[in-house]
Amino acid sequence: MKIALFLCVSLSALPQSLDTGKRIFESQCALCHGQDGSGGRGPSLRKAKLKKTPDDAALKKAIADGLPPEMPGAWQLHPREVDATAAYVRSLGKLIVEEIPGIPAAGEEIFNKTGCANCHIVNGKGNARGPELSAIGARRNAKHLRESILTPNSFLPEDFLLVELTDAAGKTVKGVKANEDLFTIQLALPNGRHASFDKATLKNLKRLTGQSTMPAFPNIPAADLDNLIAYLASLKGAE
Amino acid sequence: MKFALILLSLTALAQVPFERIRDAAKEPGNWLTYSGNLAGHRHSPLAEITPANVANLKVKWAYQFPTGQNQTSPIVVDGVMYVTSPNRAAALDLRTGRELWTWERPIPKDYQSIGFGQVNRGPAILDDKLYIATLDCYLVALDIKTGQQRWATKVEDYKPGYSMTLAPLAIKGKVVVGVSGGEAGIRGFIDAYDANTGTRAWRFFTIPAPGEPGNDTWAGDSWKTGAGSTWVTGAFDPELNLLYWGIGNPGPDWNGDSRKGDNLYTCSFVALDGDTGKLKWHFQFTPHDTHDWDSAHVPMLIDAPVRGKMRKLIVNPNRNAFYYALDRTTGEFIAGQAYAKQTWANGLDDKGRPIVIPGTEPNEAGNLVYPALNGATIWYSPSYSPKTNLVYVATREAGATYFKREADYKPGTFFAGGGERRIPESQQWGAIRALEPTTGKLAWEFKLVSPPWTGVMSTAGGLVISGSNEGNIFALDARTGKPLWNFHSGGQVSSNPISFHIDGHQHIAIAANRVLYVFGL
Ligand code: HEC
Ligand code: HEC
Repeated sequence: MKIALFLCVSLSALPQSLDTGKRIFESQCALCHGQDGSGGRGPSLRKAKLKKTPDDAALKKAIADGLPPEMPGAWQLHPREVDATAAYVRSLGKLIVEEIPGIPAAGEEIFNKTGCANCHIVNGKGNARGPELSAIGARRNAKHLRESILTPNSFLPEDFLLVELTDAAGKTVKGVKANEDLFTIQLALPNGRHASFDKATLKNLKRLTGQSTMPAFPNIPAADLDNLIAYLASLKGAE
Repeated sequence: MKFALILLSLTALAQVPFERIRDAAKEPGNWLTYSGNLAGHRHSPLAEITPANVANLKVKWAYQFPTGQNQTSPIVVDGVMYVTSPNRAAALDLRTGRELWTWERPIPKDYQSIGFGQVNRGPAILDDKLYIATLDCYLVALDIKTGQQRWATKVEDYKPGYSMTLAPLAIKGKVVVGVSGGEAGIRGFIDAYDANTGTRAWRFFTIPAPGEPGNDTWAGDSWKTGAGSTWVTGAFDPELNLLYWGIGNPGPDWNGDSRKGDNLYTCSFVALDGDTGKLKWHFQFTPHDTHDWDSAHVPMLIDAPVRGKMRKLIVNPNRNAFYYALDRTTGEFIAGQAYAKQTWANGLDDKGRPIVIPGTEPNEAGNLVYPALNGATIWYSPSYSPKTNLVYVATREAGATYFKREADYKPGTFFAGGGERRIPESQQWGAIRALEPTTGKLAWEFKLVSPPWTGVMSTAGGLVISGSNEGNIFALDARTGKPLWNFHSGGQVSSNPISFHIDGHQHIAIAANRVLYVFGL
């Protein structure tokens, strides 16, 4: 089975055009998208799917002409340099193939049997207490997937924050933060509904940073774990 | 009777002579210059909206711009509001928001914004003309009655990276502008133009040429591409006839190897003679900056007692996380301290120079430093209220890992030499802070969910108005920071609030993304 590894960016290991793309990216795009593409003033580009630039034509156009009003165009680049930058952007969201043991089909069975779907949606099935995993294999490497299962607290996705609050009536609610502004907070509740609260009226508001609601699964037999990881790694989202 | 009228109109004075702008405090129902007054206070003397009644504030009308992320700070005078967006201006009926005229200038196809978004921060008005600075680096004068173009002067060539996003500043007989392009290796300047004809009156280069004092703070030829942009509107003291302006970062931003030295006058305030543009004094906040900490700020001019003596001060919460009070006649450092988290300096020495902690520059592997490149505050306006005697500043709390990379100068391309990776969003935050004006000591703070992009306005009614990235437009008690009112605008707020009268009643205007909202009781 082939699996993915995050593109570890060592200059010498990159093909020529990616190398050019990397240099252009770091000097012209990193200002807003971060040195490693993880975002800043502009969005993270370390995603399997880029919403505004789903195909190469759109990506090259965005690089050359910009996305007004915030993202400037890099019109001064030679078309070859635009191609190289686009290829590098794609490589940020893509993965290099690497052999890993395990059989995806067997892993899917473990996934369902172990109750992962109680909290994760894959291709439309399951509950949304945890992040959707339909394209998890396109974003994460095998090491990360293994850690997520064995020690869920070791990595918490940036946009996944567990919140515990006590409302004016004294009722305590736990949920995943859906959104927040200065005065209100919105939670996704375990029952799948959303709820909204005025922060000033709350008796208690705790951000459980570093706390996962995902139980650790240290007792899955090694072979099953390999299969499970192979399954997750095969989830690349709809084309 | 008829005859007299004609005569009158022929000899009529200009509608908005400089004296009206200079004496803006006498007509608080108008908003005549970028910061409300020439002293850079962004304070409204209006007091109808108060902590007691602000909860009743409602949207009266809204204006939709053709583009998003609007940062315009409108001008309001004699029943008309003038707004701008990139290469566009509009006059709006103040009672209804209906357009009276619009003006547009096409943005050239090959124009590029190197290192900033395509925005415009507002117009200036003087006599019978409205002034707008364009992205393709023209200063344009429009007739305030019709929007007809009276003149358009090329300030610089946009192709190597010069651009303008700021609101011009009208002083007596002249209109002053500065340029963007700090990430494109420009050589920055401040220009004054004859308000009537558009002819350039003077230019002050922010980087001294060989033979001029200060050129020795640049190694080799690095001064030629040393940046020092001037992209935020300054302040003016008519009595001293001094113009105060903030200067941007040196270039390349994150790699200082080729530009050894202090790199004057980047990351400084300069005081220039209003008639000639001659340098009177300078004060450098961040010598040899390698973190992109522009000092592109609105200076605030205040008179206050220091150790028992009245002093003419210029004060500034800086992007580098320190607050400064200087003498505005001489540039002498009076006091300063950090007002936000910073990890690059062990305080300021008795001349106000930072005691830099060694090893805090960007490097190959990356170096975590506070504040992040967008600083502890940025272009948006601070405010000073003579009512509370407090300075208000929207403060950004974030750090970043800074990288150093190679930088080759090629006209019209990024000349930055590195970049940053911000700490995770969940660890970034912000606050509206109230500081004591002569020391920078914290009086109160109101916490924000994320580092803000919106300026503050204080009012004589006892309020501080601002906005958040999350879309809130809100009012705080100017004495305590207690939130008293908020409205969810539905768009990110990254602009500056103003206040004025409609039919004799106080209103507040602020842009949120595509929409300008006008609120009243
Ligand atoms: C001045 C800041 C800035 C710079 C410099 C910049 N970007 Fe962007 N970029 C943005 C912003 C902001 C957005 C989001 C725009 C939007 O959604 O309208 C964006 C969006 C994008 C997207 C679309 C992401 C999606 O979800 O489809 C891509 C791809 C991208 N940028 C690539 C680049 C590349 C490559 C460069 C360098 C050549 C670059 N950007 C330089 C600010 C910047
Ligand atoms: C009780 C709910 C729950 C169960 C059961 C659960 N998870 Fe999770 N999972 C979560 C939550 C919540 C997160 C979000 C991050 C965190 O809190 O750790 C998560 C995160 C993950 C991630 C990381 C996602 C990312 O973006 O990096 C993976 C992979 C994962 N789970 C796989 C599994 C697998 C495989 C199983 C079954 C063996 C499982 N989970 C069972 C709730 C659950």
